Amino acid sequence: MKCMVSCRSTEHLSSRRSFLSGMAAGSLGVAASLSPGLGDLIIANPAIAAQLKSGSKRILNVFLHGGVSQLESWDPKPNTDTGGPFRAIPTSVPGIHISELLPHTAKQMHRLSLIRGLNTKNGDHGRGQIEMTTGRKRIPGTDYPHLGAVVAKSLTPENFPLPGHILIRGAGTGSSSAAYLGPKYSSVVMNEGKPPEYTTRPESLSIEDDQRRNAFRSQVNDRFARRRRTADTDSYTYSYDQALDLLASREVFDVTREPKSDQERYGVSEFGQHCLLARRLLEKGVPFVQVNHSNYDTHHENFDFHIEQLGEFDLPFATLVSDLAERGMLEDTLICVMSEFGRTPKINSRYGRDHWGTAWSVLLGGAGIQPGAVIGKTNDNGTEVVDREVDHGHLFHTILQAVGVDSTGEFEVGGRKYPIADPAKSSIKELLA
Amino acid sequence: MTTIADKATEPEKIKLESEYKHTRPLTSCIWDPQNRYVFFGAEDNLVHRYDPNLKTSISFTAHDSWVRAMEVSVKGDWLVTGGYDGRLAWWPAAAEKPEAIRVVDAHQGWIRAVSHSSDGLTIATCGNDRLVKIWNADDGKLIRELKGHESHVYNVGFTPDGKVLISCDLKGVLKAWDLLSDFAMRDIVKIEALHKYDTTFRADIGGARCIGFRPDGVQMAIGGMTNVTNAFAGVGEIAVALVDWKQGTLVQFLESKEKTRGAAWGIAYHPDGFWIGLAGGGGGGWLYYWKGDAANEFFKLKLKNEGRGMSLAADNRRIAVAHADAHLRIYRIQS
Repeated sequence: MKCMVSCRSTEHLSSRRSFLSGMAAGSLGVAASLSPGLGDLIIANPAIAAQLKSGSKRILNVFLHGGVSQLESWDPKPNTDTGGPFRAIPTSVPGIHISELLPHTAKQMHRLSLIRGLNTKNGDHGRGQIEMTTGRKRIPGTDYPHLGAVVAKSLTPENFPLPGHILIRGAGTGSSSAAYLGPKYSSVVMNEGKPPEYTTRPESLSIEDDQRRNAFRSQVNDRFARRRRTADTDSYTYSYDQALDLLASREVFDVTREPKSDQERYGVSEFGQHCLLARRLLEKGVPFVQVNHSNYDTHHENFDFHIEQLGEFDLPFATLVSDLAERGMLEDTLICVMSEFGRTPKINSRYGRDHWGTAWSVLLGGAGIQPGAVIGKTNDNGTEVVDREVDHGHLFHTILQAVGVDSTGEFEVGGRKYPIADPAKSSIKELLA
Repeated sequence: MTTIADKATEPEKIKLESEYKHTRPLTSCIWDPQNRYVFFGAEDNLVHRYDPNLKTSISFTAHDSWVRAMEVSVKGDWLVTGGYDGRLAWWPAAAEKPEAIRVVDAHQGWIRAVSHSSDGLTIATCGNDRLVKIWNADDGKLIRELKGHESHVYNVGFTPDGKVLISCDLKGVLKAWDLLSDFAMRDIVKIEALHKYDTTFRADIGGARCIGFRPDGVQMAIGGMTNVTNAFAGVGEIAVALVDWKQGTLVQFLESKEKTRGAAWGIAYHPDGFWIGLAGGGGGGWLYYWKGDAANEFFKLKLKNEGRGMSLAADNRRIAVAHADAHLRIYRIQS
C-alpha cells in the first residue's frame, strides 16, 4: 500500500514549508504554566498556541521493547507457580495491585487504567511490534500506518510547525511507517534523544549561501516535478522541507533547556531524560510522541533484568504522569504503555521468561480514558484470559476514540478509501470516559 | 576409628546417590554441618529441610518471596535464611516443627547472600540495596552497615581466619572489610571478566553467583559468567576466578574446556586439593573439578538438569545440588 502521488491530496501537494508560518507574537495563558523557556516559544508561535488552546488531544506511547513481563508489572500473581519472586503492592486505587517493582507508578494509578485481558496470539517480535502499533494483523505484502501516523494525520492542525509524529529512542534504525498516508506522517526520529539529524547548518555555510542554495534546489525541483512527479520525489522534497522546519524549531528538541530541577527529578538515566523530552514535546502540542525503552526480552534472568529495567522506568514515567496531571495536560493527553507482547507465565530453567502473547496487559490513562479501571482478567496463575479478552485491534480503536478520532471512519488517499482501524474490531467502550 | 572422610577420595568416581522431587524448581541448598539435613529454597517462598535418611522434607514459613541465601551455624543448631523479600530469619535447625526465632527486615530489596564467621558469632548479609550488613548471630541485632559498593552486592563470605569479610558486586568489584580494624574497607580487585554491560539490551550482567575459600590459605573463588555475547538469552560461559584476597591479585581463571554456556552457581574447595564447581544455564547442568593450577577442568560430570545451587557436605563425600527441574539431588564421591 504505497502512497499514491496521483491523489493530489492536500497532504501531498502542500509544501511543508508552509507549516512554518510567521512567528508573530501572541499570547497564551497556558504557556505561563509550562516550562520556563518553552512558554516563550509557544507564545511566539500562534499555530502552537492555537493547538494547545483548542484542547486538541495528544498521545504519549511508551513502548517497552522486547516484551515486558506482565507478571512483573501490571498483573502480578505472587506466590503462585508462575508468580516469580516479586510481591504485589497496593496502588492509589483501592483493590488494584501492581508489582512491587513499580512503587512510583502505583501512586499514579488513580490517573491510569489497566487492560489485563490482552490475547494477541503472537510471540514474534517483529510481528508484535507492527500489530500493536497498527492495530492490524500483519499480512505479508500489506503495510498499515503506525498509530503515530494515524494520529499525526488526524490531529495535527494545519500550519503546525512541528512534526506530528515523533519517536524518541535510545538507538536503532528506521522509522515508524506511515504506509499509504505518505511520508509526511512517518516518525521523525530522535536517536538517543538528540534533535533529528541534519537540523544544524554547517558552520562553513552562511545563512545567505544556504538560502540561495535552497532557492536553487526548489527551482530545479519544481521544474522536475511538473513532469516527473512521483511519491518518491515528493518524499525527497518533503525531507528538505521538513529539515528546514526542524532547523527553525531546533531548540524544541533540546531537553537541556528544561530547568535543572526538572532534569534532576526525571533522573540521569537516558529514559528519564527522554520522558522529560516527551513532556517538552507534548507541551509544544506535538500530537504523537513515542518513547521507546529497551530492553525487556529476558529469556535469561528475567527477574534481575526487570529490577534493572523497570527500576529505570518507574520513577521517570510516574513523574511524567504526575507532571502532565499537575499542568492540566492529562485531560488532553492519552498515555499508553505497551510492548510487542508479554512474557510466559512459566519460568524457564535460567530464571527467564519467554515470548507470550496469550494473556498479558497494557496500561492506558489520560485523555478519554476512565481512570482507575481494570478491564479484563487472567486466571490465578496468569496462563489465560478469563474475562473480557481483547487484542491489538480493540486497543487501536480504543486509543483513537479516546482522543476523538472516529476509528470506524476511513482515510481517503489517492481516490482509495482505507478504514482507519480494523473494521472487524471495536473499541473497549467500558474503558472510555 | 577411621571415618569415611579420613580416606582419600577418588573424585572421578562420583555417582548420583539419591534424588528428591519437590513441587517447584529449587533455587539453593546447603548441608547442615552435622550431615543430618539439606536445607533448600525453591520458587515457593518457603524454606525446606530435607532428611536424606528418611527422604522426607518439611517446610518453614517466614518469607514472602524466594529464598536463595542460607547459612547453618557451625554446630548445626540454627539456620539463618535471607529472602528476596529483604527479610532475614533465624530458625532452630533441628526442631521438629521449626518456627522462626526472629525475623528482621534486613535489606531494601533482595538479600542475595548470607555468611557466618568461623566463630559463629557474626553474620554478614548483602543485597540489592548495595549494602553489606553485619549482625549479631545470637540476638539478631544489627552491628554495622557497610557502604561502598555501587551496584547490587551479589555475595559475601568470611575468610577462614575469620578476620576479614569479602564482598563482591554485580560489576565484579571485590571489597575486603577488616573486622579487626572497625571494618575498614579495602578494594581487592575488579574481576572485569565476570561483568558486562550489554549495549544491545542496555543492561548489566555479572556478579558473584557463588563464593568459596580455600581453608588453608588466602585463595578464594568467585564464580559467575564470562564472555557474554547476549545477556538476555544467557549466551555466556561459566567461569571461576581464583583470587589471592590478601594481595588483591587474580591467580587463575577457571573455565570449562568446551566453553559451557551458563554460569557457575556453586563453588567449594575439597580438602583433597581441588575445586568443585557447579554449572547451570543454557549448557545444562555440570559438576567440574579444577586443580586450580590449570585453567581447565580435569574432570566433569553431566547432571540430569541445570544446577542452581550446590553444597559440599562436611564429610567431603556428598554434594547436594538444587536443580531447576524441582529436584534436590545428592551425589557421592566414592573412596
